[in-house]
Amino acid sequence: MIAYLVRRILMLVPVFLAVSVVIFSILHFIPGDPIDNLLKIGSSPEARAEMEVRYGLDRPLPVQYGIWLSNVLRGDLGTAIVARRPVADLIAQALPHSLALGGLALLFSTVAGVGLGVIAALNRDRWPDRAIMGGVLLGSTMPSFWLGLILMLVFSVWLGWLPVSGARSWTALVLPVLTIGLGGTALVARITRVSMIEASGRDFVTLLHAKGLSPLRIQLGHVLRHALIPVVTILALRIGWILGGAVTVEVVFARPGLGTLLIKSLSQHDYPVVQACLLMLAMAVMLGTLLGDILQAVMDPRVRAALA
Amino acid sequence: MMAWPAPLRALGHPMGGLAGGWLLLVAAAAVLAPFLTPYAYDVQDLPQAYQPASAAHWLGTDEFGRDLLTRLIYGARTSLSVSAAAIAVSVLCGMVLGAAAAWFGGWPDRAVTVAVDLTWSFPEILIALILVAIIGPGTTGVMVAIAVAYLAQFTRLTRAQIMTLKGETFVEAARCLGAGTGHILFRHLLPNALAPVLVSAMLATGDAIILEATLGFFGLGAQPPVPSWGGMMSAGSALVFKAPWVIIFPGLAVAITVVAINLYGDALIAELDIRQKLRRTA
Amino acid sequence: MTALLQLEAVSVAIGTVPLLDGIGLSLERGRILGLVGESGSGKSLTAMAAMGLLPLIGGRVTGGAVRFDGQDIGAMTDAQRRALRGGRIGFVTQNPMTALDPVQRIGEQVDVVSRLHLGLSHRAARARTLELLTRLRIPEAEAVAEAWPHQLSGGMKQRIVIAMALAGEPELIIADEPTTALDVTVQAQIIQILGALVRDRGLALLLITHDMGVVAQVCDRVAVLYAGRLAEEGPVGPIFAAPAHPYTAALIGCIPQDGMAKGALRGIPGAVPSALAFPPGCRFHPRCPRASDLCHRIAPLPTPRAEGRVACHHASPPPEGQP
Repeated sequence: MIAYLVRRILMLVPVFLAVSVVIFSILHFIPGDPIDNLLKIGSSPEARAEMEVRYGLDRPLPVQYGIWLSNVLRGDLGTAIVARRPVADLIAQALPHSLALGGLALLFSTVAGVGLGVIAALNRDRWPDRAIMGGVLLGSTMPSFWLGLILMLVFSVWLGWLPVSGARSWTALVLPVLTIGLGGTALVARITRVSMIEASGRDFVTLLHAKGLSPLRIQLGHVLRHALIPVVTILALRIGWILGGAVTVEVVFARPGLGTLLIKSLSQHDYPVVQACLLMLAMAVMLGTLLGDILQAVMDPRVRAALA
Repeated sequence: MMAWPAPLRALGHPMGGLAGGWLLLVAAAAVLAPFLTPYAYDVQDLPQAYQPASAAHWLGTDEFGRDLLTRLIYGARTSLSVSAAAIAVSVLCGMVLGAAAAWFGGWPDRAVTVAVDLTWSFPEILIALILVAIIGPGTTGVMVAIAVAYLAQFTRLTRAQIMTLKGETFVEAARCLGAGTGHILFRHLLPNALAPVLVSAMLATGDAIILEATLGFFGLGAQPPVPSWGGMMSAGSALVFKAPWVIIFPGLAVAITVVAINLYGDALIAELDIRQKLRRTA
Repeated sequence: MTALLQLEAVSVAIGTVPLLDGIGLSLERGRILGLVGESGSGKSLTAMAAMGLLPLIGGRVTGGAVRFDGQDIGAMTDAQRRALRGGRIGFVTQNPMTALDPVQRIGEQVDVVSRLHLGLSHRAARARTLELLTRLRIPEAEAVAEAWPHQLSGGMKQRIVIAMALAGEPELIIADEPTTALDVTVQAQIIQILGALVRDRGLALLLITHDMGVVAQVCDRVAVLYAGRLAEEGPVGPIFAAPAHPYTAALIGCIPQDGMAKGALRGIPGAVPSALAFPPGCRFHPRCPRASDLCHRIAPLPTPRAEGRVACHHASPPPEGQP
């Protein structure tokens, strides 16, 4: 198992390198020059050249990449061109907000999604199933920013229960978590239901019935355990999606976080910050796949055996 | 009954009919927009700003006093055509890539698979945001961004379809009869892989409408004054207080249209009997 | 002696498709009844009906009654039926490879039966499990109880399934093709184990198989199904000596000998018709060498012959000296 973990983590290294190359090079195709934003109108070409040297923008791209990567590996994410602060500081400020939002949304989606999926599967083709699956379809077809605005309208404007935006108290987290979480809930409920129904048709379930176990015990004690394996795997793979959802929702609710930082830096052409944000999101995606594989091995003895 | 093509038979399903009806209605409204409304989508009438629904303005007016229903109908033009065109490009490229990967195997297959897996694990919105940042805002940028964001999905689906079909006897038979690669690929494999790919393209169009709306919301879509469903909401939370209808209706249009696409797609999947084929690669 | 398991003209349908048509069978304690027929003849469905498990596959009894120890299973509550399953009726499935829950340890899967039906504690149930495994000649029972299903061979898994069937002190065991998925050598062992159980403990065994060789080896009586109907039923000796139904004769004629393809019926080409397209009259007539005009029109009813019954318009006459 430990050998497997080491091997699995080593496998992430080439992926990380590939992603870092993509992130680095993509950003250099973005038109618009951050130096323009910094220079006063009418500055001399000399001042401009000096600025380019200061930020290393005058060197060939591969060299810039090498310097950037070695700095990143040492934890130095560079200096934000517009904000004129270490990028690491900006990330360190934004990351906890995004982690709290993403983590709570993940928790909410898992609990609500598995619960609804189980209820739907147990009542397959009856009204609770239809109602839940109808809600799920609706939940997955609403743009998340719109859902956020509607929740804001209902709970903040009409009912006045929760703050509209910002991050001053924990209550400000409720609506953003709900907004991201409802989309995730739809996904989890759908997978849970399908895998429960699929697992119910397996041979060993017939034998469980033949042993005289009650249907509820079979469903919750055996079938659900099997259904959770794909749910956990897919959920881990979807950590990236949840963070992606966080990007839009953070903007809607004007919350500090990676998403807001990313959108702001994109519009200001602030390369180092954008690169760092993307790198963080990419790391989250990679850690998600790693986590998914580990959880799968924990939950399924056959997978453990294949790895040993 | 069997004589009707599957897309028409799908209309016979209770939900499929309702959904298909809505889609036809939206499409017709988009095409006939100038004949349906007395207002122009781009003429500002500031004294009339922030009017709630009334007999003159069925859905009210926006922050510039423009008729919301008019902008919604013209917005359907932008949103639907951009999404559909982007997905069409994506499907074409994805089928070529996927078929090539499955057919040639070896390193082209591995390269495509790795690239697909890599993009697959990133959320579409992130890919699209970066691409729009590179290309610049506007409908072209959004179209390319959506096309690339969904490329992985179609490549993967086509590849899986071709891989399964490759081993089937009729392909072996064609090969034994001396058919060339191109003939087998275009006459035998792709037509058989087409139904599942087209249906999933239809479902992806729904997702693309949401993505288009999200980019529009960020102000990266069709540039003002041309309306798009997402762009109409770009004033965002500021309007939630003042004129919530300006936010509510475009979002509803998106949600109902996407639900309709999904329901019609479900009916189509049932008619074509391809649920298994789609699930295998989901 | 009253029958332990009795099927009284049982008809079964899945959805709107009728699959079993008036099957009558009876099985006494201490006896082995072989239920034979090709795939699609309705053997497994008969087993599911006897277990009261038809709803699991969307089926239901549309006519007749299944009686266990005189009681109508169809009239019982769900709880009563569950008490029978795993308790008084043990079940051995067709494919041991997929019969066990892959993410639960072997021991726990066996323990649960005696805890549920005999009310044993965890500790007592485990002791009983180990005793059962040892009695089924499973080496290192304690290690096996702690193992995961994927760590065992097919024959070993089938012994575990048999142990589960025995754990609730059953009076009847229903074994649905218990050896089909196993190696030939293991097949013999499993059949031997099942036969010994009946002799030593006075259990009744309903043995479903498509292998007439196995029937000849261990069964007391045999019932032959074809396309959802009973073709012939009676004691094994006389039927093997002089089968009355042409289908029985064909099945006996195809007891696998060296080099013969499994399942091929010598002299009778074709396959069991689909339930959606059963032919009119006798359902066997399209494949039958003796079919006449009568067979095309009228379905033969089971009529007594010797010590059994046969449903054929052109049944072979009983051998000399018998009624």
